[in-house]
Amino acid sequence: MGKFNKKKSGDVPAISTASLPDIVFMLLFFFMVATVMRENTLKIQNILPYADQVEKLDKKDLVMYIYVGQPQERYQGTMGKESRIQLNDKFAEVSDIKAFLAAERASKREELRDYLTTALKVDMDANMGIIGDIKQELRKENALKINYTTRKGDISENKN
Amino acid sequence: MAKRAAPEVNAGSMADIAFLLLIFFLVTTTIETDSGLNRKLPPIDDTETEPPVIKQKNIFTVLISRDNQMLVEDELMQLKDLRKAAIDFLDNGGGTGDEACSYCKGQRDPASSDNPDKAIISLKNERETTYSTYISVQNELVAAYNTLRNRRAQELYGSTLIEMEAEYANTLSPQFKSEKLKEKIEKIKIDYPQKLSEVQ
Repeated sequence: MGKFNKKKSGDVPAISTASLPDIVFMLLFFFMVATVMRENTLKIQNILPYADQVEKLDKKDLVMYIYVGQPQERYQGTMGKESRIQLNDKFAEVSDIKAFLAAERASKREELRDYLTTALKVDMDANMGIIGDIKQELRKENALKINYTTRKGDISENKN
Repeated sequence: MAKRAAPEVNAGSMADIAFLLLIFFLVTTTIETDSGLNRKLPPIDDTETEPPVIKQKNIFTVLISRDNQMLVEDELMQLKDLRKAAIDFLDNGGGTGDEACSYCKGQRDPASSDNPDKAIISLKNERETTYSTYISVQNELVAAYNTLRNRRAQELYGSTLIEMEAEYANTLSPQFKSEKLKEKIEKIKIDYPQKLSEVQ
């Protein structure tokens, strides 16, 4: 009988936390794998529009990003509220695209240069005027493959 | 001397270390969007040659005005009606003789496009047009092409173009990529070529 009594009399045993590290590590590995380190710090608002006929952009190393949008609040004092272009980490003018493209092309292997795609990450509220200027500039530089980066979703969400 | 068991290493702080790393990655993670609408810009043509004359009936004009209204063939249209209108135009197949389209299922209206190869959608916008509206319209026009291509693929090969492209992309190593499948995909794209011009 003593045996049984002994079991009952003890305190509630502490919950084993030995598997906690395993769980946390699992989460950790997920995030490590899914993480893409941000290449550019955005200085502009960049809420992308929605579209549902999207194609995936493969070969991320062959993509050049051009960001367009209204400057974020802390830059509005100097840059104004009109939509601006951002290349790499800096605000830029349309005329800077030429140098940007040349630099991007120079950084890629020669046989891959023809496959470069320009991804336009444009804020929903931007005007088409600036996009038209960019497209014209890209045509001049013979960078004809472009991609309007969008989020996946129904276009009815584009209403503002 | 009694054999002593090695003392157990205290793993209590392991969770803390892992949490620290986890939080670091949580904060730095941005799941980037890497999908969108692919387009090809027309090259700048310096030559002085006259552009070929395109019959008015083969052009489908879409104009987005500065207040984000849409004019299709000079008439006001709602966004939800655009896809159907574009499909009707592309699939019309009004041509005769050499220009007839054997696989079109449209009205065969002589006043609309001859065949999908001739049909051109011209998308114009003004400087004040909002980008989100422009993308919505682009999306609907691409959807019209995709609908027709999928239908054609279903007729010819019994599966949609999306499935075929996914299958092609899933074959990992290049030497096993199916040439036949690629040919099929190309054939569909020739039957319904995407002739969408973005005019400044």
